[in-house]
Amino acid sequence: MATEQTLQIKEISAHRGPVPGSGAVRELEVAKLVDVTTCIGCKACEVACVEWNDHPFRETVFDNTYQTMPTTEWNYYNLIKFSETQRDDGSLMWLMRKDQCMHCADPGCLRACPSDGAIVQYTNGIVDFNQENCIGCQYCISGCPFNIPKFNQTTKKVHKCTLCSDRVGAGLEPACIKACPTGCLHFGTKQDMLQIANARASQLRDDALFPLPNAGVYDPQSIGGTHVIYVLHDITKPEAYGGLPANPRIPPSYVIWKYLAKPIGLFIALMGLLAVFFHYIFTGPRLSQPEPTVEREEQL
Amino acid sequence: MTNGWIDIKNTDMMLIMGGNPAENHPCGFKWPIEAKKTRNAKMIVVDPRFTRTAAVADLFLQIRAGTDIAFLGGLINYAIEHERVAWDYVKNYTNAAFLIKDGFQLPEDGLYSGFNSQTQAYDKSTWNYEEGGNVTNSAGAAAASGGASGQSSQRGGGAADKGSSGGARSGDGQQGPLGGGHQAAGGPGAQGTGAANPAPALPSNVAYDLSLQHPRSVYQLLKRQYSRYTPRMVSSITGIPEADFIKAAELFTSIRNDGDMKKAATIIYAVGWTQHTFGTQIIRTAAILQLLLGNVGRAGGGVNALRGHSNIQGATDMGGVFDILPGYLKMPNPGDADFATYLKRITPTPSKPSEWDSYNYWSNTPKFAVSYLKAMFGDAAKKENDFAFHYLPKIDRRYSWVEMWDRMYKGEIKGHIAFGMNGVMIGPNSRKNIEALKKADWLVVCEIFPDETSEFWRAPGTSPEEMKEIKTAVYRLPGAGFAEKDGTFVNSARWLQWKYAAVAPPGQARVDQEILARIFLKIRELYAKEGGKFPDAILNASWSYSKPENPSLAEVAKEINGRALSDLTEDSQPGATIKTGQQLPGFAWLKDDGSTACGNWLYSGSWTEAGALMQRRGTDDPSGLGIFPSWGWSWPANRRVMYNRASCDPAGKPWDSERRQVWWNEAAHRWAGNDVPDFKADSPPQSHMGPFIMNPEGIGRIFAPLAAFAEGPFPEHYEPVESPIANPLHPKQSINPVIKLFNTDLDKYGTPEQGFNVVCTTYRLTEHYHYWTKNNPMNVQLVPEPFVEVPVELAREIGVEGGQKVRVSTARAQYVAKAMVTRRIKPMTIDGKTVYQIGVPIHWGYRGIAEDSGKTSLNPVNLLSPTAMDPNAYTPEYKGFLAKIEKA
Repeated sequence: MATEQTLQIKEISAHRGPVPGSGAVRELEVAKLVDVTTCIGCKACEVACVEWNDHPFRETVFDNTYQTMPTTEWNYYNLIKFSETQRDDGSLMWLMRKDQCMHCADPGCLRACPSDGAIVQYTNGIVDFNQENCIGCQYCISGCPFNIPKFNQTTKKVHKCTLCSDRVGAGLEPACIKACPTGCLHFGTKQDMLQIANARASQLRDDALFPLPNAGVYDPQSIGGTHVIYVLHDITKPEAYGGLPANPRIPPSYVIWKYLAKPIGLFIALMGLLAVFFHYIFTGPRLSQPEPTVEREEQL
Repeated sequence: MTNGWIDIKNTDMMLIMGGNPAENHPCGFKWPIEAKKTRNAKMIVVDPRFTRTAAVADLFLQIRAGTDIAFLGGLINYAIEHERVAWDYVKNYTNAAFLIKDGFQLPEDGLYSGFNSQTQAYDKSTWNYEEGGNVTNSAGAAAASGGASGQSSQRGGGAADKGSSGGARSGDGQQGPLGGGHQAAGGPGAQGTGAANPAPALPSNVAYDLSLQHPRSVYQLLKRQYSRYTPRMVSSITGIPEADFIKAAELFTSIRNDGDMKKAATIIYAVGWTQHTFGTQIIRTAAILQLLLGNVGRAGGGVNALRGHSNIQGATDMGGVFDILPGYLKMPNPGDADFATYLKRITPTPSKPSEWDSYNYWSNTPKFAVSYLKAMFGDAAKKENDFAFHYLPKIDRRYSWVEMWDRMYKGEIKGHIAFGMNGVMIGPNSRKNIEALKKADWLVVCEIFPDETSEFWRAPGTSPEEMKEIKTAVYRLPGAGFAEKDGTFVNSARWLQWKYAAVAPPGQARVDQEILARIFLKIRELYAKEGGKFPDAILNASWSYSKPENPSLAEVAKEINGRALSDLTEDSQPGATIKTGQQLPGFAWLKDDGSTACGNWLYSGSWTEAGALMQRRGTDDPSGLGIFPSWGWSWPANRRVMYNRASCDPAGKPWDSERRQVWWNEAAHRWAGNDVPDFKADSPPQSHMGPFIMNPEGIGRIFAPLAAFAEGPFPEHYEPVESPIANPLHPKQSINPVIKLFNTDLDKYGTPEQGFNVVCTTYRLTEHYHYWTKNNPMNVQLVPEPFVEVPVELAREIGVEGGQKVRVSTARAQYVAKAMVTRRIKPMTIDGKTVYQIGVPIHWGYRGIAEDSGKTSLNPVNLLSPTAMDPNAYTPEYKGFLAKIEKA
């Protein structure tokens, strides 16, 4: 996690009161752009991620695919998802999409997290986990629409891609971007990335010989946009790219929990306390009753 | 590469075939992507499998492994039929107009003229140009309007007009009516002075017909040769549906639509082309196609070989092949009685129309050879002793890879030094290599990991009793890894780039040059003490390094660049002198009188008095063409695109004004350019000097005369040694007629009749590097186990699901691994029958993380591949052999 000198916290999970230093400096939002149409699945980003984060190796098994493992893991934040699909004309497509935390503008993990300070969102859009505050409840895992955070059984903490907040905070690009050999990965301000992505998508749509009429940019507004955006050959079928949701949403239970159940619960608890208080005022303390010993003896 | 990695960004069209650069060259692959993004360049990928490269292609065609000549020949046929030909280029920069000797025959039955079925070799005397000069006028009544005849329209005529030099000097350059041309042209050609003489040398005054109509002109022969490669024929051989082939042919040749010369197309290949029993000829076919389309020498064009190791280009340049010395000088043989005989044999004389000019750069061979000998033997190389020519070994036979192991297996080779390579794994038919090592007296392995070669005795199938019987003494030397040593890598783009050691070698490990130097010094000591059969070469070898037991590679690099041994002047550089002992500025200064020493003429200029040019890191690119003239150093002479004279029209003006590489500056009377002109700097366009200065003709060889290639002057499609069908072009001559198969008990070849009916090919994965990353947990994590890629339909037939084990068998061995059931390989229809292809990555053996933990079947993939090789380059046929597959 980055130092507070370089990154501004915008919001803190389960934290009441003002966010320290909020609004003091205005920062640009950053974003990663993944041009899936030029990704060759070389996995340099996977290796760079493991190396930068100094992750221990995990044993993998052959699973009938070039994909390294089925999903991201607590020590494997960055995974290229390989999918064989067919176009309408029967020709084959081999899709390779770099899967990692999307750094949602409206982060489900953060919404779900009950622990003060375990998840933060920086003003630049990075959503970061702070493991020392993580209580291991794994609510963030079910709060994520992209199935990204993963639980470490040994340490009982949850981990995910940090968008290299440590590097970005020091003015560097994320490790995956640095390693990408083909330039299918870009990093910069969200605005710039959207511009590059849209230009590339329109180039693909307008190609004279091999147009991709459905090419487009994946930046789902259902969660307020993301800080990782994709250029896809076919924006109408994001699910084909290793299960990218067309309309990602934070599970309603978490919205209900946070905005309805939690306040109501707190309200009920408060009411309970008030009831106790007023009971005390109006009824007074409970007094000890004289023991009916005599009568019992009489009965006996 | 004729061009370079970065230059690919300048292209308009890419044909990627026989290579999978996204997989094997991911860093270089940024440039094809760049071309797609910035130029809207189109990418055609042709491969037996839908690869990672195919994943980003505009058009993918699945081809049967080993049928590339049929595909490329089909493209040539398509280009000719649709007049997608760079007429000006073809007439002036290739031998299309040259006439071929009477008696030369095309291989309609699979054989060229001159085949001797006893020796399985050709008498190549008819594979030659005719003597006689210009026969264009006699080729028929000159029709100034031109263009009305067969092959060419107005474009052809116009082209000749613009071809100011050749056209103007050698007649009007127009073609006559087809029929008349044929009849009349026979006469003067036959009367040519050299026509009756079958001497196996190229004629000095070549007969040519600029109308390209003479029936014995290279162009007409080419047209006839590939007229048999119709889309239907291509489809029946390659398995590519006819419509798909036409789509690709139309797209690729579209860059020469209407004869427009502005666009350029590149062809990119790797060992998917070389590893066949006709690999060299596949590359030839690509070269012919590129010459026909006028793509060689141009930014964004060329024929570009991607080298599969970080320094394989350097190894080749420095003579790491048995039949060449550094700088591609030919190896002496026992017939070279003295130095003069040797030089006469290897130094070509010009062969061209007398009106044209030819630089014939190899005429400088004596300068290169003498300077090389001076570098090797120093003062011991004197004019009086033929510059110590006799110290060089004379090779009396081929020492190619497969033949070397064959001889070891037969007990003729007694020892083997494996330095930085894993012999058991690399070669085909691994079982034979393992058995060969068992028969050797000794084996030295220098490696960074225990590998299959140094532990050949524990190959699967060797019983403990048998292990005790193996007498081979094995010595293991601890080498240094790539990050532990400095020196240069020469990349595919011919760039020499210096690298620095990152860490010191661990423990007792030593850098390569120290190990080699210590061995050498010890051997020299023994020779000095005990004498021997021929100690002179060893005792007199120049070894003047400041630390003889561990020479610095900077010193070696300077020695390779070359220095002056006495004060030098050079006619072509008036006023300039080089003092004794100074580094040479380039190979133009090399002398054949012993006054220069140079370890490799091609690298001369890489470490000069100006410093180590190979260490430069200048990032200026003034032209924007990706030339980066001050980054590293590129052989030859720091030019980035070879034959770049061909990027201009005959008058010296760039074909494309936006991609100006070089041009003729009339005012300065010199060639100038953004790149270093690959040409005689002051040769004006009027002199019609050919751009292909390394050929004695000065032009590009559409027809490769005489002994250039073992199996013919034009490539012909032959089937792989193990093929599922008989060659549809000529079933009686199915395979390459000049290849010789091996005949020991371990050399077995399978046929479809024996049940081997699946085409099997082998390849690498991006996650692994040959046979040593299986020792690195990071790579093992990415791809943990060996596998076999199996088409869904075939998997269903043999009842296998993804992840279950399959057994792949060939006539030689079995290989067991898990199946990757995929839609990325489809069943094919070949010559009317359904044929399946499977693919096996090569990376696993019997030592490594997965191997040592008992997760794999411990089989090297090359147990499967056959001992059969290309007759020109001697590369084994690792791609496209026959197998059968079943559930294990």
